[in-house]
Amino acid sequence: MQYALMIYAEPGYADALPDAEREAVREGFAALAADSRCVVGTALLPAETATCVRVVGGRTLMTDGPFADTKEVLGGFALIEAANLDEALELAARVPPARLGGVVEVRPVAAN
Amino acid sequence: MLEDVFRDEWGRVLASLVGYLGDFDEAEEAAQEAFAIAAQRWPVSGVPANPGAWLVTTARNRAIDRIRRQRTLAQKIHLLPVPEATVDEFDDTVIKDERLELIFTCCHPALPLDGQVALTLRALGGLETADIARAFLVSEETMKRRLSRAKVKIKATGIPFAVPDAHLLPDRLDAVLAVLYLIFNEGYSGRLDLGAEAIRLGQVLAALMPDEPEAHGLLALMMLHHARRRARFSGDDGADLVLLEDQDRSLWDHRQIAAGQAVLDRALALGGRGAYVVQAAIASLQTAERIDWSQVAELYRRLVDLTGSPVVELNRAVAIAQAGDPAAALAAVDRLDLDGYRYVHSTRGELLRRLGRHDEARAAYRRALELATSTPERRFLTRRLEEF
Repeated sequence: MQYALMIYAEPGYADALPDAEREAVREGFAALAADSRCVVGTALLPAETATCVRVVGGRTLMTDGPFADTKEVLGGFALIEAANLDEALELAARVPPARLGGVVEVRPVAAN
Repeated sequence: MLEDVFRDEWGRVLASLVGYLGDFDEAEEAAQEAFAIAAQRWPVSGVPANPGAWLVTTARNRAIDRIRRQRTLAQKIHLLPVPEATVDEFDDTVIKDERLELIFTCCHPALPLDGQVALTLRALGGLETADIARAFLVSEETMKRRLSRAKVKIKATGIPFAVPDAHLLPDRLDAVLAVLYLIFNEGYSGRLDLGAEAIRLGQVLAALMPDEPEAHGLLALMMLHHARRRARFSGDDGADLVLLEDQDRSLWDHRQIAAGQAVLDRALALGGRGAYVVQAAIASLQTAERIDWSQVAELYRRLVDLTGSPVVELNRAVAIAQAGDPAAALAAVDRLDLDGYRYVHSTRGELLRRLGRHDEARAAYRRALELATSTPERRFLTRRLEEF
């Protein structure tokens, strides 16, 4: 089955970390990207770069900033292939922000 | 009689069908069909030698028939074909016990807790949805939705029908034990059937995981508490709480106490030192004719180490007082940061009273009275205050 991992974290959560820990975060993401079960995955540029689009009455409206104004923002995502939810949850738990105050939302993709 | 066989077999039959069909709803439908046929036939032809195998085989055959019918229908209307793999591979002589897989699926932490509880009672315990709804004081519709949401999530998210791998097992077993204890405690606050149901489920789990000390520990704990249930409440409406020292011990179920102690011995022999084993050991000590309160206090100390809970520390203080040292007990209570917890104040009041510090005792009881939430509690505390 395929699952989306949506990675939420406070912007700059890694900045205050000691060098070794920041390096561990970098390695954690690299390991996920290199995992054969990872179909695609990437970090996103900061939430300030986000633009929300909606079409109302034929007019395209744009607003600056992320959709939800929360402390944690969507900072990256991955699409993974896992045998079942347990395997997906284990992979999610290895995403660095999960142990650094952030959260990883795991959702099966609809095409399964 | 037939009902007992049904209740005993339901979990095993359903587990086997979920494992075989890979779908909760289809499994439930097939099981229900098989049980309905049994209810018609068995009173006439007698209960078969192996009722479980009979039920599983019958249910599988019905499910296969249905799959065939659906496939024919699908072919007629040119829909996707149903895979054939499930049709020919079953062996009706050996029915594998897959209840452990079912337990871990029902108590998967990705499901909401109320869904875990409901599904465990329905799938494993064989309780009717209406009965579960009544026990949890919600409408049958609400309970149906709760069950259906849990089953949809299992299917849609790929929650595995499996016993977790060794490295996941400790956490996942904790989740299972927590669900059973939650069911038990629902029953303990007055609805007796759920207490008995939790014990039945605990017995199944302990039998399926004979080397897990905490599974035995939880079972022992539930049995030792359940054995005292008839002595715990009094009054016309049966709603007045009776404290341990005032309980009529002739109302205790001594056979269940002995059985619970045997289960506890097993847990201890397995090296069990976890929170459920320690609580069961405390409950066991409290069934003695003369309670060894210093040993109870020592076990509460271990439980504090395991849980870090200030409420457990309060219990430890009470045991210290019972062991004859109210001053040490008061010192322990005064170290607690639990000002909004009413039992801290009633306990302080009692300890200060025993130490002859009556003004302070009255103040503590008054604070407890301010925080009291129920009429029996208020009555009890008012009586205490009048005694000075």
